[in-house]
Amino acid sequence: MPKKLELLTGNEVVVKAALLAGADFFAGYPITPSTEIMSGWAKLAARDPRLEFLQTEDETSAGMAVIGALLAGKKAWTVTAGVGHVLIQDPLVLAETLQLPFVMYVGQRGGPSTGTVIYSQQELNLARYGGNSEGLRVVYAPSNIQELFEITQKAFNTAWRYRFPTIILGDGYLTKTLSPVDTEKVLPREKAEAYFLNGDIKNWRNCFSREDELAEHLNKLFAKYASASRQIVEAEKFVTTDAKVVIFAWGTVGFAAETAVVNLRKVGKKVGLFRPITMRPFDDKGAIKAVKKAEKILIAESSGGQFGRIVREILAQATEAEFVRLYKPAEGITAEEIEEKVKEVYK
Amino acid sequence: MIEPRRPQSVNSKSKPSNFCPGCGYGVILKILGQVIDEMEIAPRTVFSVDIGCNLLAWDYYELDTVQTHHGRVTPLAVGYKRANKDGLMIGVAGDGGLYAIGLQSFLHAAHRDDAVTIIGVNNTLYAMTGGQLGPTTLPHQVTDSSPEGKFTYDKPILGPELAQGVANREAYLARASLLNISQMKQMLKKAIERQIAGHFSFVEILSFCPINWKTNARESIEMVELMEKTFKVGVINE
Repeated sequence: MPKKLELLTGNEVVVKAALLAGADFFAGYPITPSTEIMSGWAKLAARDPRLEFLQTEDETSAGMAVIGALLAGKKAWTVTAGVGHVLIQDPLVLAETLQLPFVMYVGQRGGPSTGTVIYSQQELNLARYGGNSEGLRVVYAPSNIQELFEITQKAFNTAWRYRFPTIILGDGYLTKTLSPVDTEKVLPREKAEAYFLNGDIKNWRNCFSREDELAEHLNKLFAKYASASRQIVEAEKFVTTDAKVVIFAWGTVGFAAETAVVNLRKVGKKVGLFRPITMRPFDDKGAIKAVKKAEKILIAESSGGQFGRIVREILAQATEAEFVRLYKPAEGITAEEIEEKVKEVYK
Repeated sequence: MIEPRRPQSVNSKSKPSNFCPGCGYGVILKILGQVIDEMEIAPRTVFSVDIGCNLLAWDYYELDTVQTHHGRVTPLAVGYKRANKDGLMIGVAGDGGLYAIGLQSFLHAAHRDDAVTIIGVNNTLYAMTGGQLGPTTLPHQVTDSSPEGKFTYDKPILGPELAQGVANREAYLARASLLNISQMKQMLKKAIERQIAGHFSFVEILSFCPINWKTNARESIEMVELMEKTFKVGVINE
């Protein structure tokens, strides 16, 4: 038994975890379902002079202010969702090219456009490859509130250790729900340092004059990303070794899928789950290994196939198994629905 | 070759700079360099540029410098300054960057009285992209996207005056002109002093763009004289 469980919302958990990771600067703009993270931080900053808070005029400014603060050595971060996630791609690609530890929590909401305000899994492409870039960022996907607590801390560490923008991709179900959390699981902190005014003059640009100059810069970034990826990549493989049906699901749906697998195993069905924890980089090898015995691969997600396209591309040459889709764009998926679908295709 | 005398804060290795012949940026940046030297603030100054011709100044100074995106110099400067209140932040952007794509950041920084110094270079058009209409294009001015003087505004945006509407009383807002360099230098100094005092400061500078104006030396000066009729040079808020 953990020593201490606290009853918290996911939004409160994100603030708590960021603080434990050493975050000391926040700039953001309100947007459902993530607003409470911003206002939660504001309440702390109002009482603690070591914490900076800035409510900006929009999300591009929030991201740019985060970049300014990172240059000064603050563990700066922001939170957004939906169309704010679109706007923030502008500063995010600047952080990619400058190799800055930009940390951002995203609460996915339904789209396109203003869509719905609480839940979807439709911001996966945006989080992975949203900018005019090559996706040189890390994307974590917590599936429950305990994981949210630990992954938010980890995101700051990953960002500062490897100097890639790092996104925690959640949703409103995850952060508006009240759940017991073991808040004693505190990770050791990565150190922050100032980029500017540290005695070593830097002239930084993001605009290159020649193709070969940019190519040289990019090749370095790609090599660095590839090597960091090996340390960063994470996935949960849950009873996949003998599984005839392997479910592929992530985030909140991944949590439901886990319950489904437990229930299906109880009635003797050989079902397993592959749940990526980092959506980028992606555990390709783990995914291929997980489907060794699979006859059916069930992809469950609350989008029109953003996750499915990643999975099918990776597994295309690796398996003869049939792909089954449970795609519900911007709608929640319960464990029961997943169980039903598995029973339907299980032979 | 005899090396020209440059301010100490200027990075000699990146010279000659890439600005077009006759461009106003060379003069503006040199004078700003003199101000930084005279105020002895180089060790605590960070410089930031936008998109547009000013991005060519990314390695102009021996100062920590970051080049941002179009219109984003202000929010980045604001974030930096709030994270390092002992540091000084000087940002440069063009009229498009400040009064079009970056207008809301510019106005909100003024509104919050963020202690940064922003320099806005007004040459009445988007110079880097080949001279299109901008928020400061004069009525009937011919540009790449206002052929025959069409599609221009009756009233160009007056940046410092606009900012005055939302700025703190203690903000420093002024307009300088390259036709009066000593006044411009005084204004830049005042602006940085006001940042040190903890307030927002902004200097718009009326500048040359002979390449896009398609003007010779005399005509370029006449163009700035014409601009001065619309954009009143002087201190707007002190």
